[in-house]
Amino acid sequence: MNKTINQKAWYFVIPVFVLVAFNAAIPLMTVVNYSFQETFGNNVFAWEGTRWFKQILLSERFHAALGRQFAFTFIILLIQIPLGIGIALTMPKKGWGVPVCLILMSMPLLIPWNVVGAMWNIFALPDIGFLGHTLNSVGFDYNFTQQPGDAWFTTILMDVWHWTSLVVLLSYAGLNSIQPAYYQAAEIDGASRWATFRYIELPKMKKVLTLAILLRFMDSFMIYTEPFVLTGGGPGNTTAFLSIDLVKMALGQFDLGPAAAMSLIYFFIVLLVCWVFYNLMMKNEAQS
Amino acid sequence: MKKYKWLVPTLYIIFLMLPIYWLINMSFKTTTEIINTYSLWPQKFTLENYVKIFTDSTWYMGYVNSITYTVFNTVISVAAALPAAYAFSRYKFLGDKHLFFWLLTNRMAPPAVFALPFFQFYSSVNLFDTHIAVALSHCLFNIPLAVWILEGFMSAVPKELDETAYVDGYSFGRFFFKIFVPTIAAGIGITMFFCFMFSWVELLLAKTLTATAAKPIAATMTRTASTSGYELGLLAAAGTLTIIPGAIVIYFVKNYIAKGFAMGRV
Repeated sequence: MNKTINQKAWYFVIPVFVLVAFNAAIPLMTVVNYSFQETFGNNVFAWEGTRWFKQILLSERFHAALGRQFAFTFIILLIQIPLGIGIALTMPKKGWGVPVCLILMSMPLLIPWNVVGAMWNIFALPDIGFLGHTLNSVGFDYNFTQQPGDAWFTTILMDVWHWTSLVVLLSYAGLNSIQPAYYQAAEIDGASRWATFRYIELPKMKKVLTLAILLRFMDSFMIYTEPFVLTGGGPGNTTAFLSIDLVKMALGQFDLGPAAAMSLIYFFIVLLVCWVFYNLMMKNEAQS
Repeated sequence: MKKYKWLVPTLYIIFLMLPIYWLINMSFKTTTEIINTYSLWPQKFTLENYVKIFTDSTWYMGYVNSITYTVFNTVISVAAALPAAYAFSRYKFLGDKHLFFWLLTNRMAPPAVFALPFFQFYSSVNLFDTHIAVALSHCLFNIPLAVWILEGFMSAVPKELDETAYVDGYSFGRFFFKIFVPTIAAGIGITMFFCFMFSWVELLLAKTLTATAAKPIAATMTRTASTSGYELGLLAAAGTLTIIPGAIVIYFVKNYIAKGFAMGRV
C-alpha cells in the first residue's frame, strides 16, 4: 500500500510510545546503571566501568549457560519445525475435524507456564508419573531429577509438547492460503508428493515459517518458568538456561552489577539474531 | 498412504492430552493416594481438593487476581494499539520504521532481564502489589504484539475505504469507530485472544510484582510446596482449573484462529 506522509500520525502512536517507554526504557536504564557500578545498598554507588562486562564475558559459568541455551534452542527448533509442518500437512482441511484439531492443539498454548512445568513434573516422576512409570517398567533406568540426560530429555519433550502447536497452526494457516488451482496444475503435470511439497507448499509457507522460527527462537531463548518448575535448573546446573542463571544471580545472590551486565549481553544476543530474522521477514513481505 | 493420514494428527493429539489427563486424574485423588499407589484413574474418587480451593479465599482469590489483571492488560493493550496500528498501516512519518522495530524488540526482551528493575520501579511509584502494576508490566510484550497483529489486519483493508468515508463527510472519529473498527472486528478479536493468552500464562513478572493483594493463582500454587511437603492433589486441582479459562477463550475464537495466523502476523 502506498502510504501518505503525515507527521501528525505521531499523535496516534503516543499512547503506545508512552506505555512501552514507561515499561522498557526506565527499567532498561536501571539495568544499564547497575551494569557500570558497584552498589553498597542505601543508594551508594561506585563507578566500575566495564569491569562487570569483562567478568561476565570471561566467566565459565556464563559460557556454560550460554552453551546450554544454544544447544536447547537448536534442538527444539530442529524437532518442532519439521514436526509442526508434518502435522499441518496431515491435518484435515474441512469437516468436523478442523475445529476439533484446532481447539485440542491450542490447549497447551493457554496453560500458565508454571502449570506446564508442574504438570510435566508429576507426569514424569519415576514412581508415580505416567511417563516415568511407563519408561521404568519397560526397562529404562529413567529419573529426571537425578540424571542429566533424562532431565534434558524431559525438558525437551515438555517444550515440544508445549510449543509444537504454534508451528502447526502457523503452517496450517500458510497451507490454507494456497489456491486449489496450484494443486490441480501439479496433478496434471504428474508431480510427485515431494515435488508438490518442495515447489508449491514450502514456498507458500516461507513467510509463516520464518515467523515460526523467529517466535520459537525468541521464546525458547527466554525460557524460564517451565524448566525452573520442572527441574529447578538441576540436577546440578545441567538444565540452568540463561534466564534461570540470571535470576539466580540477580534475585538469589543479589549480585546486581554482574547480573545487570549479563542481562545486557543476553538482551543484545537476542536482539542481534532477531534483527537478522526481522530483515529477512521484511524482505519476504516486500517481495510478495 | 492417504488412508492413514488421520493417524498423525490423532497421535499428536493423544500425546498432547496425556499430561493433561494425568493432571486431571491426580486432581481427583487424595495426596496420600497419589504418593502411595500408581493408578491410571482415581481409586477413591474425591472432590476434596476442589472444595478446598473454592472455600479458601487465598486460593480462589488467586483466580480472581489473575483474571483481573489479564482483563486490564487486554483492554489497555488493545485500546493503545488501535490508533498506533492505524498510523503504522496508513501513514509514513519520521522514524516510523525504527519505532516499529523498537516496539518489537520489547517483545524480544527476556522478562528475566526486567524482573528486578520492574520490582524497584513499581515499588518506587507505589504500585507494587496492585493489579494495575501487573497489567502495565505485561504491556511490555503485549502492546508490541497487539500493534503487530492489528497492523497486519489494517493493512489488508484497502485505503479507498477511508477515502470514500471522508468524501461522504465522515469525521475521522466517526469513520474510525463506525466503519473501520467493525471492518477489522475479527482482527481485534484475535488480538484480544493473544493478549489474553500471553498475559494469562506469564508468571515471572506477575509473581515479582505482587505479594498478597494481587497475587496470581500461578504464584499461589507454588505455596503447596512449602506446607507439609507437596500437596500434590491440591496442586493438580489448582492446575486443572487454570486450564479452563484458556479453553473457554479458545472455544469462542476457534473460527478466527486459523484466519488470524494466515495474516502471518502472530
